Amino acid sequence: MGGGLRLLLVLAAAGLFLLLGLPLAAVVSRVPPSELLARLGDPMLLEALRLSLLTSAAATALVVALGLPVAYLLATRSFPGKRLVEVLIDLPMVLPPTVAGFALLLAFGRHGLAGRTLALLGVSVPFTTLAVVLAQAFIAAPFFITATRAGLSGIEPRYLDAAATLRASPGHALRRVMLPLALPSMLAGAGMTWARALGEFGATITFAGNLPGVTQTMPLAVYLALQHDVDAAVAMSVLLLALSVGVLLSIRLAPSWLGALDRARAGRP
Amino acid sequence: MLELDVRSRRGGFALEAGFHAPAGSTTVIVGESGAGKTTLLRLAAGLDQPDRGRIVLDGVVYAAPEAGIAVPPWRRDVGYVPQDYALFPHLTVEQNVAFGLRAQRARRRTVAPRVTEALRRAGIADLGRRRPSMLSGGQQQRAALARALVLDPRLLLLDEPLAALDLQTRRLVRGELRDLLRALGCVTLYVTHSPLEALLFGDRIVVIESGRVSQTGTRDDLLRYPRSRYVAELMGTNLFAGSVGAERAAATVRTGDGDLAVSDPGAPGDVFLTVDPRDITIHAHAPEGSAQNVFAGPIVEMAPEPPSGERVRVVLGTRPALVAEVTREAVAGLGLREGMTVHASFKATGIRTYR
Repeated sequence: MGGGLRLLLVLAAAGLFLLLGLPLAAVVSRVPPSELLARLGDPMLLEALRLSLLTSAAATALVVALGLPVAYLLATRSFPGKRLVEVLIDLPMVLPPTVAGFALLLAFGRHGLAGRTLALLGVSVPFTTLAVVLAQAFIAAPFFITATRAGLSGIEPRYLDAAATLRASPGHALRRVMLPLALPSMLAGAGMTWARALGEFGATITFAGNLPGVTQTMPLAVYLALQHDVDAAVAMSVLLLALSVGVLLSIRLAPSWLGALDRARAGRP
Repeated sequence: MLELDVRSRRGGFALEAGFHAPAGSTTVIVGESGAGKTTLLRLAAGLDQPDRGRIVLDGVVYAAPEAGIAVPPWRRDVGYVPQDYALFPHLTVEQNVAFGLRAQRARRRTVAPRVTEALRRAGIADLGRRRPSMLSGGQQQRAALARALVLDPRLLLLDEPLAALDLQTRRLVRGELRDLLRALGCVTLYVTHSPLEALLFGDRIVVIESGRVSQTGTRDDLLRYPRSRYVAELMGTNLFAGSVGAERAAATVRTGDGDLAVSDPGAPGDVFLTVDPRDITIHAHAPEGSAQNVFAGPIVEMAPEPPSGERVRVVLGTRPALVAEVTREAVAGLGLREGMTVHASFKATGIRTYR
């Protein structure tokens, strides 16, 4: 490797490390660990944490339930307008979350497209916990669908051929061959969706508002705390950071854990 | 019995094949790679559907596109062992073998004993708990066979079952597989490009060349009456296509590459002629004798036959081209080597003529 190239690589790596690492270090080093631990008992934090875990789990479940069939369709069938569907599914990843929240409001709001019908039934979605779940699901769905679709399309056709000649109907082959083989991709996708839902801010505050105990999730609580109690904001930020790192690490390590478990079950070291 | 008569066009490749395969015997489909052998198996399995024709197994119509019939693979009574075996990597060998039984909702109590029996018959009784990735090639082959046979299919499809194995394992598995197939009562289609396997396994042999069946018959039919250059090469014999002229007295047959003296060519018309390679004599100098067919040309290639054998196959660049088979002693005595110009002779009575 030439000296010039090496210097360029080192500089780029150092620059990126500063850009990503410095803010994180700043958050973590802001408050001493003992103070952090004390802050973790803060009722506002606990309330926001409970709500965040609940809504992000619900949003992930919703995305898996609705996204898995779509991912299967995209992976196994070709149909007119498929490209358009793919673009629609990827859209939330690049759409500004506030725009997404606004769009949700226009659809499900009191005078919105679906909102009017729902209002007749006595249901009002905006500014409820359900709205938080919908906002998170809207923003975080692409991660699960993209990963699952890739996992399903990556299955070698020979396994599906073998299943078909072994009396397996397409439904049986899906349950016993496709889903197990795509499981690592699905878990990684679900993990990313969950982590994204956990961090969702813009769409939530636009569509669901900032009501403590009802719609005030951790990211919203951090924003609010910044106005009057910086140390509380730091404590919550560190907690969110730890959760995110935990999810990403699990996704990275899961394949080797699964492999080890598998070998253990099959009676080999 | 399997009755198959299909046409299929996919991309630029057209397949047109028709043959019958009786139950309780093995029909080998032999041809070069790309000839359409695997396509044929996929049609029989239902993984692809023909454009035209019929596939009927023991009276049940599996495919008849003109009548709108296309039975999907999972409703066919077929066992399929693909070339790379395709054992499910996320299941143990036992679970792989149980897969088909579970898929057809066999009663839970009956699954375990049937799986055990299938593993035992395949000689891998002690490997049930392993994952396919922990098996050798030969063990994977047995597991794939057990997985197909546990369902007692009426039609067994084997795609180059020995091709993925190393030489030593292949020799070992070959004998076992032959015994196993002989004991089966179903129709077996065995796809291979190996002449040896075709002769070893084929009660009947279907030769397929660039998407068409060029010859069908028993081992002896093909050995004695090859009808294409490829079949002759496969069987290791010399084949000429020629025509007998009106003036029979000449007793010659005109081929594209020259005339051959034949003792009894029969009535005028097109004929095939074969000469056994062992009936061809090689001389260093022009021979004097009773042989009426003498051709001079260079030695193109020499190879021991069989590979460990006492005889040597000598490919000659004569017109017409010939293959002779001589002993090692003859090779040493005449000082034969590739590139050397020699004379080859055979008697008119050494030629078999058929139409």
